[in-house]
Amino acid sequence: MKKLRLATLGLLAAALAPAGVLAQQPVKIGFVMFLSGPAASPFGVPAKNAADFVVDELNAGKGPAPYGKVGFGGSKIEMVGIDEAGPATSVVTEYRNLVQRSNVDLVIGYISSGNCLAIAPVAEELKKFTNFFDCGTPRIFEDADYKYVFRTSPTATMDSVGAALYVKEAKGSVKSIAGLNQNYAWGQDSWGDFEASMKQLAPGVEVKTSQMPKLFAGQYNAEISSLLSAGADVIHSSFWDGDLEALILQASPRGLMDKSVTILTTGETAMHKLAAQIPDGTVLGARGPFGPYAPDNSYNRWFSKGFEARFQAPPNYASYQMAQAILGVKAAWEKAMAANGGKRPSNEELGAALERLTFEGPGGTVRMAIGKGHQAVMETAYGMTKRVGGKLTMVNVKRYPAEVVTPPDGVKSADWINGGFKKK
Amino acid sequence: MQTALSQLGPVIVDGIIYSAWLFIAAVGLTLVYGVMKILNVTHGSFYALGAYAGASLTAAWLARGYPPMLSYAVLLAGALLVTLVAAPVIERGLLRFMYAKDEVVILLVTYALFLVLEDVIKLIWGVNPYFVAEPYALLGSFEVGGLKYPTYNLILVGLALTLAAGLAWVLRATRVGKLLLAVIHDPEMSRALGVNVDRFYLVTFGLGCFLAALGGSFTAPTVSVVPGLGVDVIVLSFAVVVIGGLGSLPGAALGAVIVGLVRSLSVHYLPQVELFVIYSVMALVLAFRPRGLFGLAEPRKI
Repeated sequence: MKKLRLATLGLLAAALAPAGVLAQQPVKIGFVMFLSGPAASPFGVPAKNAADFVVDELNAGKGPAPYGKVGFGGSKIEMVGIDEAGPATSVVTEYRNLVQRSNVDLVIGYISSGNCLAIAPVAEELKKFTNFFDCGTPRIFEDADYKYVFRTSPTATMDSVGAALYVKEAKGSVKSIAGLNQNYAWGQDSWGDFEASMKQLAPGVEVKTSQMPKLFAGQYNAEISSLLSAGADVIHSSFWDGDLEALILQASPRGLMDKSVTILTTGETAMHKLAAQIPDGTVLGARGPFGPYAPDNSYNRWFSKGFEARFQAPPNYASYQMAQAILGVKAAWEKAMAANGGKRPSNEELGAALERLTFEGPGGTVRMAIGKGHQAVMETAYGMTKRVGGKLTMVNVKRYPAEVVTPPDGVKSADWINGGFKKK
Repeated sequence: MQTALSQLGPVIVDGIIYSAWLFIAAVGLTLVYGVMKILNVTHGSFYALGAYAGASLTAAWLARGYPPMLSYAVLLAGALLVTLVAAPVIERGLLRFMYAKDEVVILLVTYALFLVLEDVIKLIWGVNPYFVAEPYALLGSFEVGGLKYPTYNLILVGLALTLAAGLAWVLRATRVGKLLLAVIHDPEMSRALGVNVDRFYLVTFGLGCFLAALGGSFTAPTVSVVPGLGVDVIVLSFAVVVIGGLGSLPGAALGAVIVGLVRSLSVHYLPQVELFVIYSVMALVLAFRPRGLFGLAEPRKI
């Protein structure tokens, strides 16, 4: 009896399903970002909002040209979102679930560099096209070669080199530097690259102090005192999220940013929330030409206006990186379809199409130029804050082309910096 | 490099400020342990609850244009509010059924509660950060050794001193304090002599949680109040309390001062070891005094 009913239901469903569903199977994309924990609010949630917005627009065929086709090449996109939070082992397990149980066609995700390093070999093993959208470590494509793994956002090398170029230019001569960075991979790499770049740009520069408090320490009075009494020309910090916000709240009343040129390489994520507390003349980075540094092109107008209208907050750099990641894969997907006669591309065809591709996004031109065509390069920008009519704006904005802030293909970031930024 | 001596003023001031913060954050933990022999992991939750309540109430207070000087009272009220709501529910509703069980079981129960409360906080306040920067800058600043410090830090120091003196007075010089000492030494005998031990437990647990919440709410103006705020506090508080001796009030104070000064010294003179120095002090103390500086040998029970 029960079997019979199920069979009828199945028939009924098949009869009711609109024709063409089988031919136009949706493209199932796994999206992975922090939806809980401290990285959710500055990065994960803004990135998820961007994915929601871009996917809905693309599915409605409302993307700006040449992204006007519905979904990916006419097939609608189906989102499968999962949380990136948890230790690396569970992140890898979740990735395997996504690929082997949810059977996604491809994966876009990962904010933490540690997670990207852990996922890349697994993606290769499972032969699943995977695009990292935010994580920064240059080691992914410098230490290994991948066929299925891509990153459509620039690496963190650019943030540190760009920061060094900017403060050198803004300050004229830099005699001393000091740093305040979180004591783990991101903070140590950021400071290491910045220090090495400054030593190239300003030979003989003195490192007054390098403070490395624990991640999420929260209380920085002693560190700030030490930076204040060091009195370095330039202070570098790659703090993010709660730590960045706590640093701004604790350092501004003590005049740290007035005493030294202070560069906050991820400062853009705090710029709207703490507009009243960030003093004029603070140098803020957005990890690329994003947010206040995004160019005025049709993609940016479509993305930033639509995003703000839907979420009542401007998109931050994580949102831009996510939008860019989806558009890049869409461009590759449709290029692969054009090459194989309009068929749905396999993961191999999709990868081959994205390799060395140049595409446009809300942050401007993205070129998959290094890491054997798997790693994007972009220009970057830094600027200083200035309050105009009660609103925090960026002035003295300087833009640096990709070649100036990124090593050539095949050269490791550290070697390139220590070798004096030589072009090949 | 500047002369090492010219930094001494700021080193001491930074150390004292950090010690004060540590003491406020940790004293409730040692109090609850001392009286109830419970290592209360929900201490971290109450710290976070206090921070959220303080931040959101104070922000609402300031948004309505009420006098900003009273925002300090609102921070206090926030801590009191969350304690009155949450502490009795936890103690009467769950913990009191566990007292007969092993200390480790109770520790695990409070840890489970801590995880539950982390999510309750997200349900109530979401994942977006809360800020109330105003109280931090309101009182202006003072200078030591040419460095500017917001005067708000003195409120923290004052609060820590008041709490230490107040608790010492209650324990040493009042009737309630003497009864409490009796409860600490032998709850069963105290009960037989007519002391309402249940009420002492409830009040002690409430007071311990209130102190944690107070630490959270008075920290709120200097940080971004985000999920996960209570995790690191519980680890640091535990280190402080263990150095001083679990359950000892002067121990918590001394532990806080030692950790605060050592950390400040390392940040100023040897930043590379900052992360390691607190726990190396802890290891050193425990190597020579396994029960902490002021730890008492527990009377053996039959």
